Formats: sequence, structure tokens, C-alpha cells
Amino acid sequence: MALPGYAGTVLRVNLTDGSIKKEPTSPEMARDYLGGRGFVAKILYDEVPATAHGFDPENRLVIAPGPLSGLFLPGSGKVEFGCKSPATGGYGDSNMGGHMAPEIRYAGYDAIVIYGAASRPSYLCIDNDKVEIRNASKYWGRGAIDTEELLKSDLGREFQIATIGPAGENKVKFACISHDFGRQAGRTGVGAVMGSKNLKAIAVRGSKTIPLADAQKALQKGKEMYDSCFSKPGFKEWTPYGTAGVTDWVNEVGAFPTRNFQSGWFEDHKSINGKTLKETILVTDKGCFGCPIPCGKYSKATFKGADVYVEGPEYETIALIGGNCALKSIHEVAYANQVCDNLGIDTISGGNVAAFAIECFEKGMLTEKQLGRKVAFGDIDSVIYLLEKIARREGIGDMLAEGVKSAAEKIGKDSSRIAIHVKGLEVSGYEPRYAPAMMLSYMTADVGAHHNRSWAITYDVAVGRDTLDGKAQKVVELQHVRPLFDALGICRLQWVEIGFELEHYADIFPLVTGLKYTWEDLIKISERIWNLTRSFNIKHIPGFGRSWDYPPARFMEEPVISGPTQGKYIDRQTIDRLLDEYYQIRGWTADGRPTPEKLRGLGLGFVADDLAKGGR
Amino acid sequence: MADYGECNPKKSALRAIAHFPVPGKYELLLCTQCGICAGACPMGAIKLENGAYVIDRNECTGCYTCVEACPRGALFTHPKESSPIKCKGCGECIEYCPRDVLYDAEKEGE
Repeated sequence: MALPGYAGTVLRVNLTDGSIKKEPTSPEMARDYLGGRGFVAKILYDEVPATAHGFDPENRLVIAPGPLSGLFLPGSGKVEFGCKSPATGGYGDSNMGGHMAPEIRYAGYDAIVIYGAASRPSYLCIDNDKVEIRNASKYWGRGAIDTEELLKSDLGREFQIATIGPAGENKVKFACISHDFGRQAGRTGVGAVMGSKNLKAIAVRGSKTIPLADAQKALQKGKEMYDSCFSKPGFKEWTPYGTAGVTDWVNEVGAFPTRNFQSGWFEDHKSINGKTLKETILVTDKGCFGCPIPCGKYSKATFKGADVYVEGPEYETIALIGGNCALKSIHEVAYANQVCDNLGIDTISGGNVAAFAIECFEKGMLTEKQLGRKVAFGDIDSVIYLLEKIARREGIGDMLAEGVKSAAEKIGKDSSRIAIHVKGLEVSGYEPRYAPAMMLSYMTADVGAHHNRSWAITYDVAVGRDTLDGKAQKVVELQHVRPLFDALGICRLQWVEIGFELEHYADIFPLVTGLKYTWEDLIKISERIWNLTRSFNIKHIPGFGRSWDYPPARFMEEPVISGPTQGKYIDRQTIDRLLDEYYQIRGWTADGRPTPEKLRGLGLGFVADDLAKGGR
Repeated sequence: MADYGECNPKKSALRAIAHFPVPGKYELLLCTQCGICAGACPMGAIKLENGAYVIDRNECTGCYTCVEACPRGALFTHPKESSPIKCKGCGECIEYCPRDVLYDAEKEGE
């Protein structure tokens, strides 16, 4: 049999000369990096020149499902998009649900590597073995949702589509890639890189069978996994509200981003929470492939008399567009969500940037003349105005489209204090000033401030928010477990939200791939990938090290202004203690560099050699 | 998967069609064992067995008349299979639908 568990082929598309190559999936790469995020990290490390900018044609856009994607097991619908991030200049990836991961696998591919840049707007059409680069001038300039609908009408509704909106075309550094009318690879500017390559969309249709080491036993184990999900209390309790259900809790613990992270408590949270969503705008639950607990909530809201159809809003959007911009109506949040989705803007960074601009205006750092109008928290028109300007890079939008870090550098006037980011990536939906593990999670995530690598706020609350003991250890553990899901091509929410046991994945992995890995073996591979992405940052970002792991000044110096965490912040001395402990556990130097011994112990000798040569 | 011994949902005998972005609804294409396909088959290759109409793959010529005849759009084709794919009423989908959308109408009536 071909390589069990793998579709068998890596597709390489050179948009500059239009050439298309197919290579067998390397058994060694499968063995050492699994797939998904692992493949993304290895391919980017090997192929992207350290001196290339995110928008250089030499940058790669890598799209990789994992060895468990598209199989009969819970949550097998996840695919990783990665590139050198134009937002951070370092390693970037973002994970997407929907139905794209299975379709890519059924078409026969374990990874799609896109490089070069097309001379005119193009889209990639993959129909099993037939791969074509086609003219996309008809779709260029259109919204992401509109483009997906049009491509499905043109090609057939069974095609799965990933597309960018105007924000991606205009290389907005937090542009996302959209799919399935509401699923996104949202973070690190993957959509901007796609736009820089003049690539509007990717359409995929496949019908092939994924070869498995033991298909019958894998089917039996898959059934057992579904049965186990069905038996969890959270199966019925968590699912009706999805991620939006966590809003009240986050607010209660004073961690709900409010008015550009001035506070962790939003007085109007009840009008934008999961219950309000369900009772006022929900149309249907909307699941990704193979999901028993669909977090997707498809809604019909009303804005200024018009119907607004949107998937969501999910928690991160409620937090960053809702609380952080102080919008107090679920209809307004849903509308801004839909605007972001169609423009192709990540709602996490988009909400951060809008809130940053509004606070800058309130504090006199940006003027009405610069902005083109007055803007205010709680005003939906201000938020929509800013998002539209950003997506088209008009007026103030051109500066804001670079993200809060760059914008603050241009604005000056001490605005970097209130630019809420780490490494150039805006912070996601948890105020961390009374949550040391969550703070450390944001500081040390490879892609910048993102919760997906380590969602530690629940741990902070459970074990005590004042203590630092065990926090760095927990963050390291989570940074291995959570990204492992992205390497396997599956969803983590069955585990995170309803308590589905991790052991199941170790049980099914050998049945799928024939590789006799234990859970510990899989975690070791996840640690290898983590050290590889850290090394990517060292290689690609001049001067990268400890200084890149600090949170914004607001988090270290300004107390939370209201709510249950009022008065809290984590001072620089404590931040340093957390970092020291974290680096020590990881086997990194005090400057945050993996030691040669650590790298060699993880099978990354080639990386140790690279870094010894100076890193760039 | 049970039927073909491989992992390929493109060979499944039912489909969920998603109607998005508007109105945001799903439509299930599912065989009701009405038997119209059996009447339409020029070879008489679709036979009633234990309450379900089953395609005899040896007798099927792959003309797809049954696919055209199905009023519910619930017979499917796959490039690697010469015969259409049809529900045999095995009930596995009922067991694994997390939403209890699928049920056995006869058992429910009891």
C-alpha cells in the first residue's frame, strides 16, 4: 500500500511561470512532522529565504490537512494555512474548519505549496488530478462570501472554495482566508500573502479513498470515539451555545476585552452573549466535517432594516468586535462580523485595530482630520467606517491596515503603550492582567498573541490567579497538546469543551498510519515543531529573542480600570520571572534561543547547524 | 465505509446539501425505499431484500436510469464505482447522527 493515512501527494504550484508539480508525500516528513502544522513548519523552514518579506514571491503559502483529516472520527475537518507572516515577519499559520480539509485529501493531496506570484488575478482549480491556474478577473474586487457563492455557481456546488476578500487583495496585514460561508483561516495575515500572489481563490473537488493501515479497526475506533463524545455531559450542554457560551464566564472573571483592553469587564455583555445569540438571531447550527458538537451558529440579524446572514458571531468576534469596540447589540456585532467576513478581515485583529484607532482618537493621538470623521466606542458606524477604510487602504485605513504595532510606530505620541499586540500580532479575546499563565501564553506563542497555542485562562482561575507556581509548566504542556491537533488535522474542541479523552487519538493514530506512536511520542513531535517555529523566528527576524516575548506596556504598567480584576496588572519583574522559568523548562537560553543540545535531542540537528552559522 | 471497506464519504448513500449563505438551511437527500428505482431499472437489477431495495451489482449495467428516476435525488454515482450507490437500510447513519435527525420511522411508530 501507498503511505497509509496519507493521500499520497504534495502539490506544488508556481504562480510565476504557471508550472504545476506533484511529488510523493515523503514518508520521513510524515514520520517526523505528522502533517498539517508540522508540514507547514518544515516546508516554510526549508524553503522561505530568511531575507524574504512576507509579500516576496519567494514566500510560500502552504495548505496542509493532517493524517486524521477527512476520516470517520470526531472533528476531522481541520486544515492549516501557513506562510511567513507579513504581520510579524516570523512564522505564521492559521487553522480553518469547514469542509476543505477532507476535500483536499479526497483530491489526493497532503499539502499544497503555492509560491511565486501570478501576473494577473488568478484562482487555482483542483479537480482530483486535474490542476489548473485560471483567470480570476471576474472575481477580483468582490467580497469573500460573494466570491464563494459565484464560484460555486460557476464550478458546481460540490466544489469547496477558499477565497480572499478585498482586504486580502489589498494586502491588509490581518486579512484572512474564508471558506464555507463563515469559516476562516483568520490570523497572521495568510489572506494578505494569498493576495500578494494575485491568487483570489482555491477551488477543490475530490473523490478518492484515503488508504488506511487498518480500515476496519479504524472504523470501529471512530465509532467508539463518537459514542464517547455522545456520553459527555457537555455534548448536550455546551453545543447549543458553542463558543459564544463562554462570554458570561469570561466577563465574570474580569477577562473580557473591553474598550481596547482598558477593562476586562463589559457592562453590556448580556446583550451580546451566547444566550442572546441563541434566542434572538440563531437560524441553525452549522457543523464542520465530522463534528458531533457544532460550535458554528448560523444567524440572521437585522441591521438598519436589512437582513444580515452570517456564521457567528463566535466568542472571539463577540470579544474583540463586541466588548473591545463596546458594541452592545448582538445585531450590531453580527453585522460587523458579516462585514469583516465579506471584506476578508480577521475579526480578532480587526476588532483590535478599530478599538486602538478609537482610543487614539479619544486620547488625542489621532485627529478627526486624520481619521476623516469622529469615531467612538459603542458606535457601530465608527467600527464599520474603519473596517471599510482598512480593507481598501483608503485614508487612515492605509496606516491601520499594517496592524497596531506599525500604526503606533507611525502615530508616535506614546501610542505604542496602547497597541495591544505581541510580536506584531494583535491579542485575542482574554484580558490577561490577572491571569499569569494566559499572559505567558500570549507572550510566547510562536505566531504572536494568539490563544490557540495555549488557552490557559481556565487554569489560572482554577489554581489561583495570584500564584505563579506551575504556570510556566502548564503553558509548555498546552503549547504541545493544542498545536498537536493542528498537525493531525483535527479539531481540539471535543477535548477542550466537552472533556473528550486525549488517549483516543493515540489509539486511532496507529490504526490510520501504521506508525506505532504513543501519546508521548506524538507530544514529542509537537515539541519538535514548536522548536522549529521558534527557530524560524530566530532565523527570519533580525534581533529576535527575549525582547520579542514581552507584552504591551499597558499589560505591565496600567491597572485594569473596572470590574472584578480592577487594579490588576503584571509588573515587569513578574513577567521576567515567568519568562525565565519558561525558557528553563523549554531548554532555551535566557535570551529565548533553543540550545544546540535541545535541538539535536529533538532531531533538529540541521536547525542547530543553521543557527550556529549566525541564524540568517 | 462499511459497504466498501474503505474510508471515502464520497461513496456514502446519503447527502446533506447545504443552502448557504441564504437562507442557511440543510437539505437531506435520503432514500425512503419507495421502489421507483426498481421499477425504472431496465435490467430488473434492483430487488427488495429485507425491506430495502438493493442493487445487484452483478446485474447492473451502470446505465444510471435509476439515478435519473429517483424523485428524491437519493441515488449517487462515484467515478470509481460502475454501479450507483444506494441506501440498503442498514441504519448505521441513525446510530451516528449526533443530532438525532435520522431515525427509523417504523421503530419510532411502535
